[in-house]
Amino acid sequence: MYTEKVMDHFTNPRNVGEIENANGVGEVGNASCGDIMRIYLLVEDNIIKDIKFKTFGCGAAIATSSMVTEMVKGRTLAEALEVTNKAIAEALGGLPPVKMHCSNLAADALKRAIEDYQAGQAS
Amino acid sequence: MIELRKVYLDHSATTPVRPEVAELVREYMTRCFGNPSSVHSFGREAKAGLTKAREQAAGAIGAHTEEIIFTSGGTEADNLALRGAAYAYANKGKHLITSAVEHHAVLDTCKELEKEGYSLTVLPVDEYGLIRMNDLRRAITPETILISVMHVNNEVGTIEPIEEIGALAKERGILFHTDAVQSLGKIPIDVKKMNIDLLSASGHKIYGPKGTGFLYAKRGIKLHPLVFGGGQERKLRPGTENLPGIVGLGLAAALAVREMDMETARLQKLRDYMIKEILEKINDVQLNGHPDIRVSSNVNISFKYVEGESLLLSLDMKGIAASSGSACTSGSLDPSHVLTAMGICHEVAHGSVRMTLGHDNTEEDIKYVLEALPPIVDRLRAMSPLYQQNRKECAGCTLKK
Ligand SMILES: Cc1ncc(COP(=O)(O)O)c(C=O)c1O
Ligand code: FES
Repeated sequence: MYTEKVMDHFTNPRNVGEIENANGVGEVGNASCGDIMRIYLLVEDNIIKDIKFKTFGCGAAIATSSMVTEMVKGRTLAEALEVTNKAIAEALGGLPPVKMHCSNLAADALKRAIEDYQAGQAS
Repeated sequence: MIELRKVYLDHSATTPVRPEVAELVREYMTRCFGNPSSVHSFGREAKAGLTKAREQAAGAIGAHTEEIIFTSGGTEADNLALRGAAYAYANKGKHLITSAVEHHAVLDTCKELEKEGYSLTVLPVDEYGLIRMNDLRRAITPETILISVMHVNNEVGTIEPIEEIGALAKERGILFHTDAVQSLGKIPIDVKKMNIDLLSASGHKIYGPKGTGFLYAKRGIKLHPLVFGGGQERKLRPGTENLPGIVGLGLAAALAVREMDMETARLQKLRDYMIKEILEKINDVQLNGHPDIRVSSNVNISFKYVEGESLLLSLDMKGIAASSGSACTSGSLDPSHVLTAMGICHEVAHGSVRMTLGHDNTEEDIKYVLEALPPIVDRLRAMSPLYQQNRKECAGCTLKK
């Protein structure tokens, strides 16, 4: 049911955990099945220096979380905001149709975390 | 490379066909291939096989041979029982009673009948998945024609009080159907003693072929057929019989009942050992279903803060096959209706894993599972944003939709 890439990211997820001095945190719950993902960002000079995640969810949710962190680490915030859930799914070699919603979780959590960072900067 | 150990713990989903059953099925596909309706020797030989299978099926539940209708499985047996009786007795009343924890083959059929103009009461269950007799008594109206409550629940293994239900139904003159798909061969069944009017059984849960099953319908009970054609199965299930499947089902049922006492005792020991060890070794877990009023093969445990599908995937990588009531595994993305009906919150249902034991499982297998499980749970919990947040257990069930 899952591609090798998905299984790889599920088995050896990249960037799991928390960042103690994070300056952006985003948490989203999945309306479809009730899962939760949290992303921690450390942003310096508009660049994502470090990113970590924690996810409570299915194999696809964990794999997309892992993948999104890999895709945006070292990127500018503007670049990170362009990452869509479709792009994440594609980077994983595709997801089963019933699991597409799980990739929304990752994209949304990232967006929230960036918004949280930007709100912190504005104040 | 050493081969990965394989441990199949999903016997409530399906079972492997026993070699002696497979052998017989093959014989009835190749050598005894006749049509039981034919007059010649090929037909007579086939007919003899059909008759024997009917005796075996009837014998397994204390029924008469003419009370057995072979079907394509448990689902069809449930449909024929419910719709067949509902249509045949519509002139007597149009109220049906069932329980919230039934298999979809019963629940969805009842809901379909509701759309067709029948009224339906779905009995709630307690925290263990048991219906309460008082709820049932209160639900009965002069219009009630049928009560359908399963014998053993397929997800949590809870054994419903079917003997009491049978007695009550008899006293009130209401038909009683039970889905015995998960109890046949595991718990003694005597349809006469238990006052069961209609009973569904399935072959592939008892080491028989898939796509086989039967409905027991007590003598004198009228059923409306769901399909029309030839005169087979007293016109209640027309069409040339799936003879290879039927003889396989018959033998599987006979063997299951013959070996029941020994196998039940063996599995119960394994089950209790497994439950005890998991509850002791891993924190924040809970047993789903009743601790004692439980079928010998079922272990259902919720590992809090972990999602079931990711647990299943991890177990599968260790060669261990199980299933889950998690929303993420359901296709519909809803958590198990059984766990929900038992009042188990979304968060805990999410982390539920069902492991169902069977013939091939040994103590070694269970030890292997008990060793594999804790590191898997630890790994997933370390990834979970829900773990170690000092949140109160199920605080407000944050995960509710
Ligand atoms: C309680 C119960 N009823 C009915 C069925 C359906 O049986 P079958 O697969 O033979 O149609 C099952 C099997 O999943 C079951 O567990
Ligand atoms: S997170 Fe629930 S289905 Fe993927």
